Amino acid sequence: MSENASSTISKQPFFRDPADERPLAKTLLILVALAFLAFFLLLPLISVFVEAFREGWGAYYEALVEPDAAAAIRLTLLVAAIAVPLNLVFGLCASWAIAKFEFKGKAFLITLIDLPFSISPVISGLVYVLLFGSGSLLGPLLKSWGIEILFAVPGIVLATVFVTFPFVARELIPLMQDQGSGDEEAALSLGASGWQTFRYVTLPNIKWGLLYGVLLCNARAMGEFGAVSVVSGRIRGLTNTMPLHVEILYNEYNMVAAFAVASLLALLALVTLALKTLLELRFGAGNAGGRH
Amino acid sequence: MEVTINNIRKEFERFPALNDVSLKIASGELIALLGPSGSGKTTLLRLIAGLDFPTAGKIFFGDEDASHHSVQERNVGFVFQHYALFRHMTVAENIGFGLKVRPSSSRPPKSEIRRRVSDLLDMVQLGGLEKRYPNQLSGGQRQRVALARAMAIEPRILLLDEPFGALDAKVRKELRRWLREFHDRTGHTTVFVTHDQEEALELADRVVVMSQGKIEQVGSADDVYDRPGSPFVFSFIGESSHLPVEVKEKTVLFQGQPIGISEPVEGGGELFFRPEDVSLVDAQDALFGKVTACRRLAGTRIAEIDIANEGHAPYHVEVEVPLHAPVALGSEVRFRPTRWKVFTNG
Amino acid sequence: MTHTATASSAKWRLKQPSIIPGFGLTLGFSLAYLSLIILIPVAGLLWRTAELGWSGFFAVFTDRRTLDALYISFGTAFLAALVNVVFGVIVAWVLTRYNFPGRRLIDAMVDLPFALPTAVAGIALASLYAPNGWIGSLFMPFRIAFTPLGIVVALIFIGLPFVVRTVQPIMEEIDKEVEEAAATLGANRFQTISKVILPGLMPAILTGFALAFARGVGEYGSVIFIAGNIPYVSEIAPLLIVIRLEEFNYAGATAIATIMLLLSFVMLLVINLIQAWSRRRYGNV
Repeated sequence: MSENASSTISKQPFFRDPADERPLAKTLLILVALAFLAFFLLLPLISVFVEAFREGWGAYYEALVEPDAAAAIRLTLLVAAIAVPLNLVFGLCASWAIAKFEFKGKAFLITLIDLPFSISPVISGLVYVLLFGSGSLLGPLLKSWGIEILFAVPGIVLATVFVTFPFVARELIPLMQDQGSGDEEAALSLGASGWQTFRYVTLPNIKWGLLYGVLLCNARAMGEFGAVSVVSGRIRGLTNTMPLHVEILYNEYNMVAAFAVASLLALLALVTLALKTLLELRFGAGNAGGRH
Repeated sequence: MEVTINNIRKEFERFPALNDVSLKIASGELIALLGPSGSGKTTLLRLIAGLDFPTAGKIFFGDEDASHHSVQERNVGFVFQHYALFRHMTVAENIGFGLKVRPSSSRPPKSEIRRRVSDLLDMVQLGGLEKRYPNQLSGGQRQRVALARAMAIEPRILLLDEPFGALDAKVRKELRRWLREFHDRTGHTTVFVTHDQEEALELADRVVVMSQGKIEQVGSADDVYDRPGSPFVFSFIGESSHLPVEVKEKTVLFQGQPIGISEPVEGGGELFFRPEDVSLVDAQDALFGKVTACRRLAGTRIAEIDIANEGHAPYHVEVEVPLHAPVALGSEVRFRPTRWKVFTNG
Repeated sequence: MTHTATASSAKWRLKQPSIIPGFGLTLGFSLAYLSLIILIPVAGLLWRTAELGWSGFFAVFTDRRTLDALYISFGTAFLAALVNVVFGVIVAWVLTRYNFPGRRLIDAMVDLPFALPTAVAGIALASLYAPNGWIGSLFMPFRIAFTPLGIVVALIFIGLPFVVRTVQPIMEEIDKEVEEAAATLGANRFQTISKVILPGLMPAILTGFALAFARGVGEYGSVIFIAGNIPYVSEIAPLLIVIRLEEFNYAGATAIATIMLLLSFVMLLVINLIQAWSRRRYGNV
C-alpha cells in the first residue's frame, strides 16, 4: 500500500496553493519591495556612516570632541533629561485618568493629547516664539525679571516637550484600557492604598509599554529639529543641540563633521529600533502604531 | 455529479492527515463526513474542492480525472465554516461575485447577474436584504448568503465545512431542516463536514465516519448506529459501554465466568453494548456490579455501575433501568446485554 | 447600571462613580499640563491671527510666495503619499505574506524614519540624491536633489512607515478562508487580490495615505537640505514660516501657520471620518 502511494508521489506535478501567488510574482514583489527600501531607507542610513568615516577615524573623533560639538551633545542630553521625565509623568497621569475612569469629554481629551502629532514642528516652535517673543506680553515681562526663555535652554526644553508630548501617553492609554481595572479593584479590596495599588499592581503590568513609550519619546526628544530650530537662535556652544549643530556644519560644507555628529544620532536611532524590536518580540508591547 | 475518491493520501510535513482513503459519492447524494477533530474530515473536503492537493491518489468528478484541476477549474460550491463573506461587498455583490469574475466570453450580462442574484436570494429566503453588508446580518443569515453565493456559480457539487458550527442551538436546528429541504429541492450532490453526530445522522443519506485519517465506516444512519463496524464507531456514535471478554466455544466469558451470551468468533476481544440494549436479570451467568449513580435522562433512567476488577480500578458501565423502578444506590444489579458486539483483538 | 443612569439623568455628573482613587489628582495634573504646554501656546497663535484681522490675513494668504509655498508643500506631500501607498502596500504585503531571509530585520527597519532624526535623514538624502551622490549620479542629467522632486524623495522617506504600519496589522488579519472562497467562486489570483483583498484594505490604505500626507505637509527637517529652497519653486510652507520669523515678520509667519493648522485639522477630521465610516459599515477598521 505505502509503496504504491510513494510511487505515485513522484508523478504528482507541482500544485499551487489557491491563496498564494506564483513563485515568479512572489520573487518580483519581494525584489520591488527590497529595491524600494534600499533606495529610501537603507542607502541613506549607510551613507551617514560612510560620509562620517570618509577621512578616517581620526577626523571622526576630532569632529566629536571639538568644543562646540561636545557642547551640543551635552545640551541634547540635558534637554532630553528634562523633557522625557516630564512627559513620562504626564503620560502616567493622563492614562490613569483616561483608562480607569469614565468621564465626560474623554474622547475629546484623547484627541487633544494627539494634537502635537498633527502640527508641523515649525509651528510647535512658532507658538512659543509668539508667547515669549519681543512682541508678546510675557516675553518682556520675564526679561525684566532676568528670565530668558527664547533663544535659551528653557525655550528649547519647552519646544521639545511640545513635540514629544503624546508619546508616552499614547503607548499607555490603549494598554491600560485593555487591561481594565480588575487588578486594581482586587488590590484595593485587599486593603492596598492608592499609591500601593499603582506601585505594586499597575506599574508591573504596564512597565514594558512604558519603556517602549519612553524609548520613542527619547529618540524624538534628542532628534527634534524643526521646533527647536525656531526657538533656539542657534548660538554655537550655547543653544545648539546636536541636530542643529549638524545643520550648521552641513551648511558650512564641513561634511565629515556634520556626518560624524549625525552618525551619533543615527546610532541612537538604531539602538532605539533594536530595543523596540526586542520589546515587541519579547512582550508584544504596543504595535508601533501609525502615528509616531 | 458523481464523485470518486481513489486511495487518497495527504501528508502535512510528513504527518499523514489522510491515509489511503477511498469513497464513492453518488450523484444527488447528501453525505456527511463525521469524526472528531483531527480525523481528517475537513482535509478530505478541501481535497475534493481543490483547496489542497493530495500527496497521492486521484479524485474523479464523473469520469473526468479532476486530481490536477485547480480549484477555479473544478467549479465546486464551497461554504466555509466562518462563511468567509467579503465584508466590503453587499449581500448582492457577494452572491454575484462568482459570475462577475468569469472571463468576458462566459460572463452573463449585468441584468442577467442581477436577476440570478435576486432568484438566489429568494431561494435562501433573504429577499430584500441585497443592499445589506455582511456585518449587518445575523449568523443564520450570513450562512444562507454564503450558500447562495456558492450556488450562484452553478456548482457541480456543494461542499460545506461545519455548516452549523458557528450558530446557536436553535438556529442550528432550523437551518438543518432547511438545508435538507434545500437539498431535496435542488438535488445537488452535497458533502458536509461535522463533528456533531446528531446532525450527521438526522441530515445525511449516508454518513462517513472518520478517525485518524481513515474512513471507519460508510453507511446510513441505521447502519452506523445499529451495526457499527468498528470499536471506534461503536463508542463514537451514541452511548456505549465496553468490557474485555474472552470467547471460548462460542460462550462469552468475562473475568473467566460465562455471562449468558454467545458469539460465533473465538478468542479475546472487547464486548460493546448500548445502555438501552440491556436487561436486568436474576441469574448467575450475568454481569454484575454496584450502582454508583443513577440519573434521569429525558424519558429514561441510566444507572452507572462499577464492576469490581481485582487489584485495579473497577470497570465502569452504564445501563438503562426501568423508569418507575429505580435501583438503590449501592445495591448490586445483575444484567445481560440483549444486543451487543464483540470485536476480537487482532 | 440602571440606577446610576437615572441618578445621572437627574443630576449632571462629570464622572461615573468608581472605587479607584486618584481621579482628581491625575486628571487635574493632566489638564493643567496640557493647557500650559499645548493649549495656551496654540491659543496664542490663534489670538495673534485674529489680531491680524481679515484683511491682514487675506493679504498674507494671497501673497504669491505664500500660495506657491503652500502649493508645493501640499503637492509634494500628496505625490509622496501616493508613492508610499503603492510601495507601502507592496512592502506590507511582502512582510506579512512571504518568508525570506532578513524579513525580520527589514520589518524592523521600516520604522527607521520614526526613529532617525529628520536633520540626519535630510543631509543623508541630500548627499545621496545630489547630482554627484550615489543615487543622484545614476539619474544625471536628470536632477533630483535641489528640485521639487527632492522634496518628494524626503517626504517618501518620512511617510513610508505611516502607510506600512497602518496597513500591515489589517493585512495580517485577513482570513485565508476569504481568499479561498474567492478561488472556489472561480476568481484567479489577480482578481482575488484586486477585487477582494485590496478593497477590504481600502479604509486602512486611505488612513495611511492621510497620515503620511498630513505628516508630509508639516515636515521641515528632512526637506530643507534636499529641497534647494528656491522661492516659488522649491520653498515649502514651514520654511517660509521660518524665513518670515527671521525677518521678524510675525504676522506673516502667524498667518501661514494658521492656514496650515486649519488644513491639518481638516486632515485629522477626514482620518477620523474614514475610520468611523469603515467601522460602521464593515464592523472594524
